[in-house]
Amino acid sequence: MMELLLDIASWFLLIIGGAFVFIGGVGALRMPDFYTRMHAASLTDTLGTILVLTGIILQAGLTLATIKLVAIMVFLLLTSPTAAYALANAARLSGLAPERELSNEKRP
Amino acid sequence: MYIAATTAILITMSLALARALLGPTVFDRVLAVNMFGTKTVLLLSVIAFLYGRPDFLDLALAYALINFIGVLAVLKFVQDYRVRHGATDIEH
Repeated sequence: MMELLLDIASWFLLIIGGAFVFIGGVGALRMPDFYTRMHAASLTDTLGTILVLTGIILQAGLTLATIKLVAIMVFLLLTSPTAAYALANAARLSGLAPERELSNEKRP
Repeated sequence: MYIAATTAILITMSLALARALLGPTVFDRVLAVNMFGTKTVLLLSVIAFLYGRPDFLDLALAYALINFIGVLAVLKFVQDYRVRHGATDIEH
């Protein structure tokens, strides 16, 4: 019974994580602006990582693999937002301006 | 279920590659490569359990570190290059 519950929980987490990862990919490809693309990519990176790795951890149980997976998750949770911040900072410093919303009379 | 997660991650990696090839600015390309690297770590972790080979987790751990350092190095290089050459365009 416990095994079945763990299996169901980990499948659920894996599927939701896969969906988030896929949504992030579509957003990074189809968003109109660099900053919106970065928003889609970096946020779903973090959440997809948490969901997929937690789903695998539930399958692994208490083994050495769990320790490695937790280490991977900690590293990704530290480095992914840092990389996104560095990327946005570099883009903003180099003069890449975000698209502003135009008022109605200025809209072409 | 590992198959579903693997498929989603592989499709996302191809979308990130498309953005890296299309991307109008150099930062779009760096963003796409960073995303590709994170998805590679996830793919290695899932494949380790899909094929029952936990050795792949070590590769994923090493790749997570290398990916972060690589992205920071590329950003540093781009900034230094632009300062040295006085570049004003961002279309690269």
